[in-house]
Amino acid sequence: MSSTPQASWRLHVATGGTDMAGATGFADRALDLAMAVVEAPINAVERLIGKRRMPYLFLAPNLVLFGIFTFLPIAIAVGYAFTGGTELLISNRPFVGLDNFRTLLSCESYLVPGSCEESLFWTAIWNTLWFVGFNVAATLLVALVTALILDRAIAARGFFRAMFFYPVLLSPVVIGLIWKWFLDRNGLLNAFLQMLGVPPEIFLLEVGWSRFFVVVVSVWFHMGFYTLILLAGLQAIPKDLYEAAAIDAATPSRTLLRITLPLLGPNLIVVLVLLMIKSVQIFDEAWVLTNGGGPGTANTFLVQYIYQMAFAGDLRLYGLASAASVLMGLVLLVLTLVQLRLGKKAES
Amino acid sequence: MHGTFSAIGFLTRTRRPGRIDMTDILSWLWLVGGTLAVLIPVIWAGLSSLKPEAEITRFPPTLLPRAAVQVEVQGFDKPLSLWNATVDGEAREMAMVRRIGLKAQMVDPKYPGKPVSVDTRSISPVQRLTVATENYTDPLTRFNFLTFLKNSVFVTFVATLLTLIVNALAAFALSKYRFRGDTAIFVLIISTLMIPLTVVMVPAYLVVVGVGLVDNLWGVIIPTVASPTGVFLLRQYMLTIPDELIEAARVDAASEFRIFWRIVLPLTAPALAVLAIFSVLWRWNDFLWPLIVLSSRENFTLQVGLNAFQGEFSVQWHYILAMTFLSLVPVTLVFLFLQRYITTGIAGTGMK
Amino acid sequence: MGDLRLTNLNKSYGAVAALHDVNLSIDNGEFVVFVGPSGCGKSTLLRIIAGLEDITSGAIAIGGRDVGALSPAERKIAMVFQSYALYPHMSVRKNLAFGLENLKFKRAEIDARIAEAARMLAIEPYLDRKPRQLSGGQRQRVAIGRAIVREPAIFLFDEPLSNLDAALRVQTRAEITKLHRQMQTTMIYVTHDQVEAMTMADKIVVLRAGRVEQVGTPLELFDFPANLFVAGFLGSPRMNILKGRIVIGDDRRVLVDVGQPALLESDVDPASVSAGQEVLAGIRPAHFVVSEEGLPFEVQYHESLGTETYVYGTLQGQAEQVIVHQPGHFAPAAGAVLKVMPQEGRLHVFDPASELALARRHGGH
Repeated sequence: MSSTPQASWRLHVATGGTDMAGATGFADRALDLAMAVVEAPINAVERLIGKRRMPYLFLAPNLVLFGIFTFLPIAIAVGYAFTGGTELLISNRPFVGLDNFRTLLSCESYLVPGSCEESLFWTAIWNTLWFVGFNVAATLLVALVTALILDRAIAARGFFRAMFFYPVLLSPVVIGLIWKWFLDRNGLLNAFLQMLGVPPEIFLLEVGWSRFFVVVVSVWFHMGFYTLILLAGLQAIPKDLYEAAAIDAATPSRTLLRITLPLLGPNLIVVLVLLMIKSVQIFDEAWVLTNGGGPGTANTFLVQYIYQMAFAGDLRLYGLASAASVLMGLVLLVLTLVQLRLGKKAES
Repeated sequence: MHGTFSAIGFLTRTRRPGRIDMTDILSWLWLVGGTLAVLIPVIWAGLSSLKPEAEITRFPPTLLPRAAVQVEVQGFDKPLSLWNATVDGEAREMAMVRRIGLKAQMVDPKYPGKPVSVDTRSISPVQRLTVATENYTDPLTRFNFLTFLKNSVFVTFVATLLTLIVNALAAFALSKYRFRGDTAIFVLIISTLMIPLTVVMVPAYLVVVGVGLVDNLWGVIIPTVASPTGVFLLRQYMLTIPDELIEAARVDAASEFRIFWRIVLPLTAPALAVLAIFSVLWRWNDFLWPLIVLSSRENFTLQVGLNAFQGEFSVQWHYILAMTFLSLVPVTLVFLFLQRYITTGIAGTGMK
Repeated sequence: MGDLRLTNLNKSYGAVAALHDVNLSIDNGEFVVFVGPSGCGKSTLLRIIAGLEDITSGAIAIGGRDVGALSPAERKIAMVFQSYALYPHMSVRKNLAFGLENLKFKRAEIDARIAEAARMLAIEPYLDRKPRQLSGGQRQRVAIGRAIVREPAIFLFDEPLSNLDAALRVQTRAEITKLHRQMQTTMIYVTHDQVEAMTMADKIVVLRAGRVEQVGTPLELFDFPANLFVAGFLGSPRMNILKGRIVIGDDRRVLVDVGQPALLESDVDPASVSAGQEVLAGIRPAHFVVSEEGLPFEVQYHESLGTETYVYGTLQGQAEQVIVHQPGHFAPAAGAVLKVMPQEGRLHVFDPASELALARRHGGH
């Protein structure tokens, strides 16, 4: 009985295969045409530099693009962080040493953003920290529970997995708009609450509710991705361990605590760090949902702060924005190194 | 009866047939609840996008898009609105001629005779399912929506094509050759995975200004063509192509580029397909980077355009939702047809 | 022309030397087999000839032309790979055409060559199939066909039969030999299977640890192995190796004492040995005869293969197990003691230190 979904899977894969084969005829001709145009000059280069230097040629486009749009910007970011003014060209910008960092970091109390010289920066930091805390906890919990349930031999697993995954593919702008409408004064949520006799609320104009729903939307958006990774981890746990546990008369909760979670542990930690890295960078969907960080600055996060400093304000404070980018980059670097470290540990 | 039974049996099938315990019930509640949570906001937005402007802000809202019905009645120049009314103790659909205070003058549209007077408190408008197609056609004809769409399609298509070629070439070099510095270059490329766009967006913008691509679609396309994820995914796949095939081609007098183009590229098709799907999704959904680079309206991509719309037409939800839905369609189609590729691609590489 | 000269060829990967000072000459039209245990460098040598690997030092010439700096395509060679290396996304026809297209042959010429190769190898019915739709044997033929259409000066085969099952291997072996007779082109064939080497080769090159151990016709190598390694490597079951001592007999005949009561006659040149010198005596299992007199051989067990029998046991004074081959049915009881002697002229004598065969008397067998 339980082999039926398996069989239909395979069928799906098989038909997918023939579709691809059917498409290769066309693809072949397209490849031939493109080949005819570019081959002669590349082969001329091969005769010139020899076969063994060809890999450098193949790497060149990639490395040039990385150099210009990734490595050069890193160097620039560091350079701009030490300059002031609103000029774009670095030669026109005055060197200000650590002034930008001093502006960002000078605070009477880091706990009270209002006491800081650059209070918006610290508001953004605290907003981001709270968001990261709640979002990581909620997403992890929801994703883990969903993955554990989907790992059970449940019917229609593929359907549910796909369903939970669907939002991951949507654009953040679309998600922001869909939820904005859902939470509107005249939206479905208020209609539902009215049926229960609760008066309507303009959720996104109230500080507490808006922060709550930014987390809800984020969980709704991303949980499918983390579910998928955790599910892959769960399915890699050998099934005979569960059979052995069943023979050893382990209760389901004991099996979960003593077998499933410890074996999933490394995956869990990797997901946790990945989730933190992504959460620190919250911007798109929150920006659309909260009309640019509102109400007031209740949902102004770090990336939004950088964006506003550099691009949105009347004064384009590239130096301050770069300094904030450098600080955020350092935090992300630490998190990434932790992730790589744990990932390597998980592999071994 | 038997059919119902086996359907229930199918839906409740679990690891241990014949026994349904509390865990199973809770699992099902979670899954069904989660599915509803995913679907309801999307479907609600979809249904709302079909409502006429007058209906969309009605509170409490109706589920389906409806509109008041108008009828042509003989002897009247203008169409009249149709109402449910009780005339002579009989429920009928009547057309309203005019309304005076609490009284309405109504005629039977089929037998228009002398209007009868009806209490307005006892009548309700007749509504039919009506799809407000103008929500979709207006943005296409009146606003820049088609321009945004064209820009998004251009960016998505060109960027995906370049992403595939540039990263496949690099992956080929890093998987099928031994050369001085190969490991160092691979590590260098992979290390850029650690540098998210959000960190370098300010200086990356400055670079784009420097190369003169600001407010230009190429400025959106080129900076993210070289993808460490793409290199990694394709290289891992190319490593599984036997080296003997490359050697056979070399013995067959194929140039190195011909080996790439005629042997390696076709054999990497499955990984290229996965990367292509992801690239399409990334580019189609991309928001922050085009928002920074593009400044004039005729260059906006769909996502930036949508964001701009919601600022300008903040009360015109019928247009905003319709455009939101139009931009949702390609992604949903990709999802429906290529769901398996995407999920296995993510589970295999952990990329997004 | 398909003759090949390797002169003082060395190949090393960093500090690891893969080939030591290889010198080899192959004449046009020869069928040469490189044989040796895995890791002996035979595949490396083949790939160097193909141009897939660079040489560290030395020279390599094909048809009198130095090809050391040329790409594989320029060497007029074609290669059949162990995994066949058929392009999986191309039909058989395209697989055959690929190399010719790369060399910019005319369409008509390509079609003619494919038709000729397909006829020769009887693969016409499969020309429009993809490799995955073919059986192992059919793929093998296509791989050979891809080499044939190139009309190379030298064919290179890298263990081409190792992926086939036993029956198919025997059949394909014969087909490749037949192909060689038809085409009269130089073929170099790498294998670790000594049966393939013995049955197919005009000339065998035995390699060990990057060195050429011996070059010769199959029977030369079988009858006169130059050293202990070649002696042990060719022939199945392996040659029995006994510890012994030189005894100089009447007429300065050299005898070997491997344990009393019998001395074994050898054709070692007396000038090269001295009495009492320790040696190793090699006797192939099939070269023992059971006789009235001889070395006492205590039977442990035997294996009957129907047409022949292998008897396993020990010789007095020898630690190693000894195998004795007998034709037909033969069923000695375990513990029985037989008398065995080597056939005349079938004793191989080696120096234990250098492992080289001792020089034979001039003209003697």
